[in-house]
Amino acid sequence: MYNSLQQWFRTGQPWIWLNAGAVTISLLLVIGLMGILLVRGLGHFWPAPLQLVTYTDPQGEELQLLGIRVERQQVTADQIRNAGLPVPPGVDLLQRQLIKVGNRDLYGLDFRWVLEYQLSNLHHPRHAVVIQRSEWGNFHGFIRGIQEGGLLIAEQQPDENRLWDEVQLRLQRVQLLQRKMRQLEQRDISAINHQLERLRLAERRMALRGQTDATRLAALQLERRNLQAEYQRLEQQLLAIHQPLARDSLLVQTADGQQLLLPFRNLVSIHQPNNLSLLQKIRLYLLNLWAFVSEGPREANTEGGIFPALFGTVMMVLIMSVMVAPMGVVAAIYLHEYARQNWLTRSIRIAVNNLAGVPSIVYGVFGLGFFVYFVGGGLDRIFFPEALPAPTFGTPGLLWASLTLALLTLPVVIVATEEGLSRIPRSVREGSLALGATQAETLWRVVLPMASPAMMTGVILAVARAAGEVAPLMLVGVVKLAPSLPVDLNAPYVHLERKFMHLGFHIYDVGFQSPNIEAARPLVYATALLLVLVILVLNLTAIALRNHLREKYRALDM
Amino acid sequence: MKSISEKLEQELNSPRIRRQRRLRAGRDKGVRWLVGAGGLGVILAITLIFFYLFHEVLPLFQPATTRHGPVLQLDLPDQEAPLLLLTEEQEQMAGLLMPSGQLHFVDLASGQLQQSLQLDLQGARISSISPPHADSRLLLLGLDTGQLLVTRVEFTLAFSQEGQPRGIQPSLSFPLGQQPISINHQGQAIRLLHHQQQEQEITLAAVSGTQLTLLRYNNTRSLFPGAGTQTSQRLELELDEPPDYLLTTPGHRLVYLARQDGTLTLLQDQQGQQHQLLPNGGQITGLTLQLGSQSLLVSDSHGHVSQWFMVRDEQENRQLTHIRTLQLGQQPVTHLLPEARRKGLVAADATGQLGVFSTTAENRVISGPLLPEQPQLMALSPRGSLLLTLDQHQHLHQLHLHNPHPEASFKALWGKVWYEGYPEPEWVWQSSSASNAFEPKFSLTPLAFGTLKAAFYAMLLSIPLALCGAIYTAFFMAPSLRRKIKPVIELMEALPTVVLGFFAGLFLAPFLEQYLPGILALLLMLPPGMLLFGYLWSRLPETLRHALPDGWHAILLIPVILLISWVSLSLSQPLELLLFSGDMQHWLTNEMGIPYDQRNALVVGFAMGFAVIPTIYSIAEDALFGVPRSLSHGSLALGATPWQTLTRVILPTASPGIFSAIMIGLGRAVGETMIVLMATGNTPVMSANIFEGMRTLAANIAVEMGESAVGSTHYRILFLAALVLFVFTFVFNTLAEVVRQRLRQKYSRL
Repeated sequence: MYNSLQQWFRTGQPWIWLNAGAVTISLLLVIGLMGILLVRGLGHFWPAPLQLVTYTDPQGEELQLLGIRVERQQVTADQIRNAGLPVPPGVDLLQRQLIKVGNRDLYGLDFRWVLEYQLSNLHHPRHAVVIQRSEWGNFHGFIRGIQEGGLLIAEQQPDENRLWDEVQLRLQRVQLLQRKMRQLEQRDISAINHQLERLRLAERRMALRGQTDATRLAALQLERRNLQAEYQRLEQQLLAIHQPLARDSLLVQTADGQQLLLPFRNLVSIHQPNNLSLLQKIRLYLLNLWAFVSEGPREANTEGGIFPALFGTVMMVLIMSVMVAPMGVVAAIYLHEYARQNWLTRSIRIAVNNLAGVPSIVYGVFGLGFFVYFVGGGLDRIFFPEALPAPTFGTPGLLWASLTLALLTLPVVIVATEEGLSRIPRSVREGSLALGATQAETLWRVVLPMASPAMMTGVILAVARAAGEVAPLMLVGVVKLAPSLPVDLNAPYVHLERKFMHLGFHIYDVGFQSPNIEAARPLVYATALLLVLVILVLNLTAIALRNHLREKYRALDM
Repeated sequence: MKSISEKLEQELNSPRIRRQRRLRAGRDKGVRWLVGAGGLGVILAITLIFFYLFHEVLPLFQPATTRHGPVLQLDLPDQEAPLLLLTEEQEQMAGLLMPSGQLHFVDLASGQLQQSLQLDLQGARISSISPPHADSRLLLLGLDTGQLLVTRVEFTLAFSQEGQPRGIQPSLSFPLGQQPISINHQGQAIRLLHHQQQEQEITLAAVSGTQLTLLRYNNTRSLFPGAGTQTSQRLELELDEPPDYLLTTPGHRLVYLARQDGTLTLLQDQQGQQHQLLPNGGQITGLTLQLGSQSLLVSDSHGHVSQWFMVRDEQENRQLTHIRTLQLGQQPVTHLLPEARRKGLVAADATGQLGVFSTTAENRVISGPLLPEQPQLMALSPRGSLLLTLDQHQHLHQLHLHNPHPEASFKALWGKVWYEGYPEPEWVWQSSSASNAFEPKFSLTPLAFGTLKAAFYAMLLSIPLALCGAIYTAFFMAPSLRRKIKPVIELMEALPTVVLGFFAGLFLAPFLEQYLPGILALLLMLPPGMLLFGYLWSRLPETLRHALPDGWHAILLIPVILLISWVSLSLSQPLELLLFSGDMQHWLTNEMGIPYDQRNALVVGFAMGFAVIPTIYSIAEDALFGVPRSLSHGSLALGATPWQTLTRVILPTASPGIFSAIMIGLGRAVGETMIVLMATGNTPVMSANIFEGMRTLAANIAVEMGESAVGSTHYRILFLAALVLFVFTFVFNTLAEVVRQRLRQKYSRL
């Protein structure tokens, strides 16, 4: 017990409390960040209730708003006044809400800040629908009727729900047709385009080499004609789908009474969030989550899923680990097992260590200058002169991005592998050598198997680091929207020269370059959460592996 | 016995075993060789980064070079000396204008006369010339009858049917008609002539006698050939004294009339303004406008070239101001040519001394007696890489200039430069603009400043948190808790910075903007709040205090900190009403004069500080935890309190480790790209204000690398920025690493 404050200070206790506070704050920051990511990232997919409110604008006019409450905050009256909006006198603090009203095609903006005192008469209409569309964002409103071939065949009042099942059926029909169309477009027609381009290049290659082999040329011509005929046929098929696809339209009405005709082909999904049971909501939530990771983006990446970005990230990381693992392991084995231990190896080790601290953007600059322009440009001149001036490898792409990141993560693998090697007791090596094994045999049969978990750790850490790096990728191959995946059904199946999408860059692009930031914000949170989870899982695996390894050798040492 | 050992020996030396042994030895050697080659290869690949960056940067600082081309003896049919020398884009042909109106075109490789074209002067003689610009190619000839002939000299690259270039084809066209335009109705000769072309407008000025004529032609071209309309404006002014030099800017916004003694009359909206261009005496020997027509270049008889442009003074008046003087030599400058695509110029004197200058970088790129004596005519090709000189014996000298990066000098990169249109010398980074005549501003100073500013605010947050955290974890925390807490904080390091950056930009920035008073209150209230709680805890009865094991303070503080945060954030708006008249941003901007950006250094400080905490924490904690227990036990046994032991024994021993932790953290903060890119506005301003943004070297590379042309000065300067980052972080990390290794040795000795 300390009698006075002064005495207490003399014991040094207060400073210990402050130090403890630093730990607590750091901890809370981590937990807080993760918590916000979790809540915002996962919350978005929950079918939030649609609320219908009457909004009275400063001129006294009333407006019906049907939307989802996104955010609620308290502001001072002066802030509102300084923003140029009227405030009732005598109020210091106001509550305001951000409401997602949708219907960007009608209102211009699909999000709206409103002050709470302007709202009245809140209720949740049971049959209000949220329609996801392929353009203009979501529609909020009510179903009024169904049109087939330009004729209104069924009608209902906003508060009725007679047509709901019929709408679902017709939506399924259109989606079936759309799937068929996508298959035609993305598989068959794209394959033919690929073949045609191959023919063009073959012809040009012949011209460049000065070959005038008439039979070969004729064969190429024939093949081209065949392809073009096939193309015509597919195009006919495609056209034949167009008409039934455009047959149905949905007549809808907004909360403020505007009627609108939405062709079914533009609809992605349709829900009545206020009319769902808890179980249905959970099902819808999981479906939304699945759609997010399995579908492509829509509307300048602000809607839809992130599948291409996820795929690109995984692809890039895979190629990178294939490259970095052998390089890192060989370098580590050389440094630890073969090189003479002197000042040179020591300084090499320090240098390798420090490369891990060199800013990643520097690697990006190097990758762009050296790999893309120097190596890639050289490859183009030697192997792909027929495609010039359009570059094949002389432009940022998957291969160069992977190579750049392999270089970036090389120190991680080298350091981890070396650590693993140094943990193997000398006695084990000496035992092997004493039994007459050569150094290579010792390495292959004894040392490497024992060090393999360390190498795994190194590669996993490298993958974790690479998956989160964005800055260098911006220079060497990432794009906001890649027209095609780096893997497809056209030979050679894996297209290393293509540009690709990446989760991290997706976050940057959607969060900071997107025209509709409010709409994109929840998707960015979800993407960030996904990225963080991937990286955390990878890191935890690496840590677990390392701990396992330590335990194992502790036993060996004794 | 013998038989067994013999048998064994035989067995071991059997050909099969021997062969196998040789194979194994060979394999061993092979692996050794392979691993050696592979390992060294990887290490070389790593060093390649440095050398490649260096290799890309080097041309910036290499001096420009020159190469003499063949000297051509011109064999022209005319007896008189030519009046004007012309060049073209491909640098394969030269044109010569003769007093008779003949234009001769000479192939620069062979010296052969390729073609001659005749201008119809209708019996008059050429009395003045306004030479063509690189892109408009308009040649204006003033005649002694007071008339003016406007022609366009075009050089087209002809192709054969197979697409092979076949040579240059010169041609003449007459955009204002073949008939000369009458300028002086009294028929006085046009003495001075100058023109400009901007888009569809031709601006021209002519002096004949004491009459100054200003003319503007506006061609509105239509989609259909021949359907365009042409309008013209004409203005005539009477001058007191006829000038010796005449220049106009597009649209006659400024007209310069100068006399040899240095007096300049500047006409601005027909208002005259007098200036003295040569305060130190001497005579003007040449007057020209630089690319973009903003700067006036004056050469004089003392061998100087000076640059002048309009600068806004304190009263917002635009004044023609002397900016800088470049020195060619001691002799009078006889020729002064601006570069067509860059802010550069070429000057020469009668002794054959040549100087190639860049005005922005204020450096002399090339100098020396590279030209023939007494050069008569001189022309610089549009690309600025071929200088043609005609000497008095009709020899045409060719000088190839390899001058790729005149804008890069140490001063231009780091010092204050007086850019066109700026009121004073400044540090500015502005690498590109839509206009061709733009003066690129490549000062790395604001970027380096931004980098250090961002790193400073990040370190301001992270050093206290990380170091205090490390001290507590290493020395005071219960071991069971330490095993859990340390990995969690270290795991933060694995968080991708793009997530932190996005979080800072999209969550933290608006949050800080809204709760700024609350956040400031939180920062002020946290330390005293924690101290208060500690004191109250110490006053609790012992039984209660001992219920919790030692070293669990950190857990106890969680509810305390949450409570303080909640209180200060909910106090945010009341505080704002009470202290900042209801709107803190408004108050800051209007009352304090502190501009407030939503994405500012405070946001970056928080986000990047957060990113750096685990780095510093982890290394510092290792260093502190590694201090041999014997030391602290000894100190405690001698009666020191834990705090005394920490400050007097542990911290001094571990201080090198802490130093290296801070170095590595700083290295990370300096090179971090994504957080800064997303959490600041990326405007390269130089202001230490915590509520304003900045642009860092790394973010600048990320923003601009994609748009820079390969091999351009801009591209290489971005490589230079990368090299600076590389060297900076490498040096810091090496320093830290060496310190850390020393420390490890020290510990192992103790």
